[in-house]
Amino acid sequence: MSAHDDDVIGKAYDSRLMKRLLGYLRPYLGQASLALAAIITGSVLQLAPPYLTRLAIDNYIAHRDVSGLARIAWLYLAVLLASFSLEYLQTWTMQLTGQRIMYDLRMEIYRHLQRLDLRFYDRNPVGRLMTRVTSDVDVLNDLFTAGVVAIFGDVFTLAGIMIVMLGMNWKLALASFVVLPLIVVVTQWFRRNVRESYRVVRGWIARINAFLQENLTGMSTVQLFRREGRNFEKFDEINRAHRDANVDSIFYYAVFYPAIELVGALAASIIIWFGGLDVMSGTLTVGVLVAFLQYSARFYRPISDMSEKFNVLQAAMASSERIFTLLDTPVAVTSSSSPVVPARPLRGHIVFDHVWFAYNGEDWVLKDVSFEVRPGQRVGLVGATGSGKTTIINLLLRFYDVQKGRILVDGVDIRQLEIATVRQMFALVLQDVHLFSGTVGENIRLGERSIADDAVRRAADAVRAGRFIDELPARYDAPVAERGATFSTGQKQLLSFARALAFDRRVLILDEATSSVDTETEHVIREALGVLMDGRTTLAIAHRLSTIQDMDRILVLHKGVLRESGTHQQLLAQRGIYFRLYQLQFKDAVPRSA
Amino acid sequence: MGPPSAGSSPWRRLLPYFTRHTRALGFGVGSIVLTTTIQLLGPWVLKYAVDDLQHGVTRGKLGYYAALLFAVSAGGGLFRFLMRRSIIGVSREIEYDLRNDFFAHLQRMPPEYFRARRTGDLMSRATNDLNAVRMMAGPSIMYASQTTLVFVVGMALMLSIDARLTLIGLLPLPLVSISVKLFGSAIHRRFERIQEQLAEMSAVAQENLSGVRVVRAYGQESAELEKFHRANEEYVSRNRGLIRLQGAFYPSMTLFLGFGALLVLWQGSRDVIQGRITVGQLVAFNAYLVMLSWPMIAFGWVTNMLQRGFASWGRMLEILDAPPTIADPPDPVWLDPASVAGRIEIRGLSYTYDAQPVLQDINVTVEPGQTAAIVGPTGSGKSTLLQLLVRLIDPPPGTVRIDGVDVRDLPLSTLRRTVSVAPQEPFLFSDTIEANIAFAPEIASLPPEARRAAVERAAADARLDKDLADFPKGYDTLVGERGITLSGGQKQRTALARALVTDPRVLILDDALSAVDTYTEEEILERLRRVRQGRTCLIVAHRISTVRDADLILVLNAGRIVERGTHDELVALDGQYAELHRKQLLEEELEHLGEEGERGEPGETVVGPNFSSA
Repeated sequence: MSAHDDDVIGKAYDSRLMKRLLGYLRPYLGQASLALAAIITGSVLQLAPPYLTRLAIDNYIAHRDVSGLARIAWLYLAVLLASFSLEYLQTWTMQLTGQRIMYDLRMEIYRHLQRLDLRFYDRNPVGRLMTRVTSDVDVLNDLFTAGVVAIFGDVFTLAGIMIVMLGMNWKLALASFVVLPLIVVVTQWFRRNVRESYRVVRGWIARINAFLQENLTGMSTVQLFRREGRNFEKFDEINRAHRDANVDSIFYYAVFYPAIELVGALAASIIIWFGGLDVMSGTLTVGVLVAFLQYSARFYRPISDMSEKFNVLQAAMASSERIFTLLDTPVAVTSSSSPVVPARPLRGHIVFDHVWFAYNGEDWVLKDVSFEVRPGQRVGLVGATGSGKTTIINLLLRFYDVQKGRILVDGVDIRQLEIATVRQMFALVLQDVHLFSGTVGENIRLGERSIADDAVRRAADAVRAGRFIDELPARYDAPVAERGATFSTGQKQLLSFARALAFDRRVLILDEATSSVDTETEHVIREALGVLMDGRTTLAIAHRLSTIQDMDRILVLHKGVLRESGTHQQLLAQRGIYFRLYQLQFKDAVPRSA
Repeated sequence: MGPPSAGSSPWRRLLPYFTRHTRALGFGVGSIVLTTTIQLLGPWVLKYAVDDLQHGVTRGKLGYYAALLFAVSAGGGLFRFLMRRSIIGVSREIEYDLRNDFFAHLQRMPPEYFRARRTGDLMSRATNDLNAVRMMAGPSIMYASQTTLVFVVGMALMLSIDARLTLIGLLPLPLVSISVKLFGSAIHRRFERIQEQLAEMSAVAQENLSGVRVVRAYGQESAELEKFHRANEEYVSRNRGLIRLQGAFYPSMTLFLGFGALLVLWQGSRDVIQGRITVGQLVAFNAYLVMLSWPMIAFGWVTNMLQRGFASWGRMLEILDAPPTIADPPDPVWLDPASVAGRIEIRGLSYTYDAQPVLQDINVTVEPGQTAAIVGPTGSGKSTLLQLLVRLIDPPPGTVRIDGVDVRDLPLSTLRRTVSVAPQEPFLFSDTIEANIAFAPEIASLPPEARRAAVERAAADARLDKDLADFPKGYDTLVGERGITLSGGQKQRTALARALVTDPRVLILDDALSAVDTYTEEEILERLRRVRQGRTCLIVAHRISTVRDADLILVLNAGRIVERGTHDELVALDGQYAELHRKQLLEEELEHLGEEGERGEPGETVVGPNFSSA
C-alpha cells in the first residue's frame, strides 16, 4: 500500500486550502444554494413534531377537541411530506454537485499529469499518483456532500431546538441544557479513540494484505524452502495483532452507545424532576413536559454529526493539500513560448553538442557528449548498465532537458521547437513493451484515429505480427489483457514494432529488449527489425552486440563519456572498450581446449 | 485446527468456529436478554410518571421516577456494553481463526493452483469475503436477537396498553423493513457497479502513468485524456444512479416512521379523549414505537447482511474445500536429508499438461555426485522436468526416484530439504538480503553470528558479495517495495545463495544465471565447480560453457531426450548439440576476424549465442 506516507493527518481547517477548495464550488453555486435552502428549511421543519405533540396534549386532548386534533394530524402529515421532499432535494443536488466537482478535479489532476515531465515521474511512484487521482479526490467528495453544507443543517437544528425549548420554558430549558456538554465530551472521546484505533486497525489490514500478496505470489518459494511453518507463524502474529486492535476498538463502541443513552436518561430525569415540580405547582403543562422529553432526545444527532464533520474536514484538508501540491508542481519541460516553426518537415539530422546532464544535482550521467547522426544513418549505442545510453534517448525526446550544451535537430535547438514537433519525428520502441488494455488494433494505432485499419494491418504484416494476430479469434479487435498478459514477450515486441511502423516517423529509436526469447522468435524479431529500420534514421541501444554489427556507426559510452565511435570493425581494431565488451559477450564460445 | 471436512452444509461448516466460543456467546446472549428487558422498562416508568403528574404527585414520587429512569438506563447500558464486547469480540475471534485456516490451507496448495487464479481474487476472499462472513457471525447475530426480543416484548407491552392502537401504529412499520431490504440490496448492487467503474478508471490511469514514455513519445496526451474523460464520465453517471436511490432511502425511512408516529398521535389522542388510555400510556406508547423503529430498520439490514455473508462464505468454502493435490503421502518413507546419497533415477516419465504432452518417456539416471546438464530450446520441457523432481508438479507414481525412493513417498519437507532449487525467475520477499538468503527455516533459526557466517559463505559462492559491498547497509539492505530494486542478475544470484546456503544433497539450477552478465557467470561457475563436489547437480542452461563440464548432458527437444552423453561425445555425434556448439564457435571466429582487421560480412553470418533448434 502506498498510503503510508499519506496517513499523516493535520489540522482540520486551513483557510487558504478551504478558499481554494470552495473555488471548485463556484460553477455550481446555484445548486449549492438550493441545497443550502433545502437543508435549512428541513431543519426548521424537524422541530415541528414535538411541538405538535405538545399542542395535541395541552390544547386538544385537555379540551376534548377532536376536530383540532384532526388539524394537528394534517399539519403533521404535511410536515412529514415536506421534510421528505426537502431531504431528497438536498441529497440529490448536493451529492450530484459533489460528483461534478470530483469529476472536474480528477480531470484537472490528470491533465496536469499529462504535462508534467519525467523528473516528476521519477520522484513519484505510480501508486502514489493513483492515490491522488482516486482516493484523495474521493475524500474531498465527503467534504462537499457531507461536510460544508450539512454542517449548516446541524447548526440550525441544534439552535432551533434550543430556541424552541427556551421559548416554551426557559428555566427548564436551561436545566436540560446541562447534558449538552456531556454529549460533546462523550462524543469527542469516542471519535478521537475510534479514529485512532481505526488507524491502527487499518495499518494491520495493510500489513495482512501485503503479507498475503507476497506469500501468495511467492508460494512456490515458500514451499520449496519449507517455510510454511515459519511464515504461518508470522501471519498468525499479524492476524492476531489485527484481531486485538479490533477488539480494543470494540471497547469504545461498547461504552459509547450506552453512555450516550445514559446522558439521554439524565436529561429525561432532569426534565421529569424539575418539570414535574413545575407541573405540580401549575406553572408547566404536561404537554410541554412531553415536548421537552422529545426535544431532549434530539440533542444527540446534530452534535454527533458535527463531530464527525471534524474528521471529514481533517481528512479533506490533508487530501487537498496533497492534491494542490501536485497541481502546483511546475512543468519543467515546456515548449518554447515563441517556438521556431521549421520551414519544411524535419529530416532528422541530430547533433549532440557538448551535452551535460544529471538526474540529481552534479551527479553527471552524461559528460560533454557530442556526436552527430545524419539522416538515414544507423547508429548503435553500447555501454555497460549506467553508462548513459538510455539518458541520450530521454534527452532526445525531451523527457528531460540538458543542463549544459545543446541538442540540435536540423540545426535548431530542440528547446526552441514545440515539444510535439520534436516528438513527432521519432518512433520509440522500448525494452519493456507497454501495452494498454483495449484491442490489438488500438495498441498499434493508440489514439491516432488518422491511422486507418488497413494501415494498422499493413504495419502488423510488415513486422511479422500479422501472423499471430490473424490467429486470434477477433483478430485486430481481440482484447488485450492487463499489461498484455496473454501475449508472449516476442509477440509484445512485434506489436510494439507494428506500432512504430504504423506511426511512420523519420527516426527510429530502439531500446533493444534484453529478455531472451526462443530462437525462432528471435529470428522473426530480427527480420522485423530490418523492415522497421529500412529507410529510417535509427538510433539503437544494443545489449547484444550481434544486433548492431552492421550499423553505420557505433557509439561506445562509458560512465557518461563518449569513449569510442566507429564501425564494428574499426572498433574491434582499436582493441579498446568495445573490443572488451565484445570479448566478454562471446567468451563462452571460446573452446577451452583450443 | 483445520476446517471441518468438505461436503457438509455450509452452515455446518461454520458451526465449529462458533462452538469454540460457546461460553462467550452464551454470556453475550444472556446480556442481550437482560439489556433488552431493562431497556423496555424505561417507557413504563415514563407512563407512571406522566399519569401521576396529571393526577397529583408527590416530590418523593417524582424523585423516585427520575432516579428510576436513570437507573434503568444505567443497568441496560451495562449489559449492552457486555453484549457488544462478547458478541462482537467472538466475531473477531472467528475472523481470526478463519483467516488463519484460510492461509494455512493456501499454503498447502501447489503452484498450479495459484497459476489458475489471480492473486487479487484470493486476496479479496481473504479480506472482503471474510469481512462479510464476520458481519454475519457477529453483528448480524447480535442485532437479529436483539431485534427479535425488542419486537416481541415491545409488542406485548404495547398490546397490553391498547390492541387497536398497536395495530394502527405498527401499520407503516413493515414498510420500513421492506424498504431497507429493497433499497439495501439495490444500493449494494449499484455500489458494486461504481466500484467496478472505479477499478476501470484506475486501470486507465495506471496504464497511462506507468506508460508515460510511450504516451509522450507518440504524442498521445490528448487521446489519453479523452480515454480518462470517458471513464470519469461513466463513473459520475453510475454515481448518479446510486445517489438517486440513496437520496430517497433515508428520507423514506423517516417518512414511514413518521407515519407511525402520526397515526399514534391521531388515534392515541382520540383514545385519551375517549378515556380508553391515559396520557401516560400514550407517551409510553410513543416511546415504544421509537424503540421498535430500530428493530424494523435492523431487520432489513440484517437480512442483507446474512445474505451477503452467506454468499461470501460460499466463496471462501470454494477455496477451503479445494483439496491440496500435492501433499505428504499417507505412509511416508523416512530418509535423513543429510545422508541422502543423491542418486536420481527417472524411469519412463511422461507428463501431460492440458492434453499437451510436455515430457515423453524420459529415462535417465544421475549417479550421486554427478552433474547432469539439460539443454534444449524454450518449451522443450526442461523446467518441467526439474519441477517434477521437487514435486512442484506431481510426477506419475514410480517415475522419479531419489536413492531408490519414489519422490511421492517422501514427506514433502524431506524431499525439499534434500533438493534445493535456484530458479530463473526468483521471488524475493520484501525483507533484508540476509533474510532472503537465510530463508530455509534451519538457517533462519541459527543464532545471528552463525547465520551471518553461513549467509556470507553462500553469497560469496553466488558472487553476490561484490554487489553487497556497494550497498550501504550490506546484508541488512531491504529489498522489494520498501527497499531497493535489485537487477535481474542480482535477484538470480540472491536466489542462488539461498539455494546454496542449505548445503543440499541435490542442487538444481534452472537457468539460474540467465540474467547474470557473462563475466560474473564465469566467476560463479568457477566457484560452483568446488561447490558441486560431492553433490548431485542438475543444471539447465543455454551457454555451452555452463554445461560442457557436466558428467552427462541431455538434449531435450519437444519433451523427448534426443541426445545424451558428455560434451565430447555429443560433439562427435554431430547432432543438435554439435550444432549449438558450432554456432558458438562461429561467434568466436568472428571475433578473431575482427582482431585481424579483416573485412568480413558480419551482418550475414550473425547468429545468436542461443541454442537453435534444428
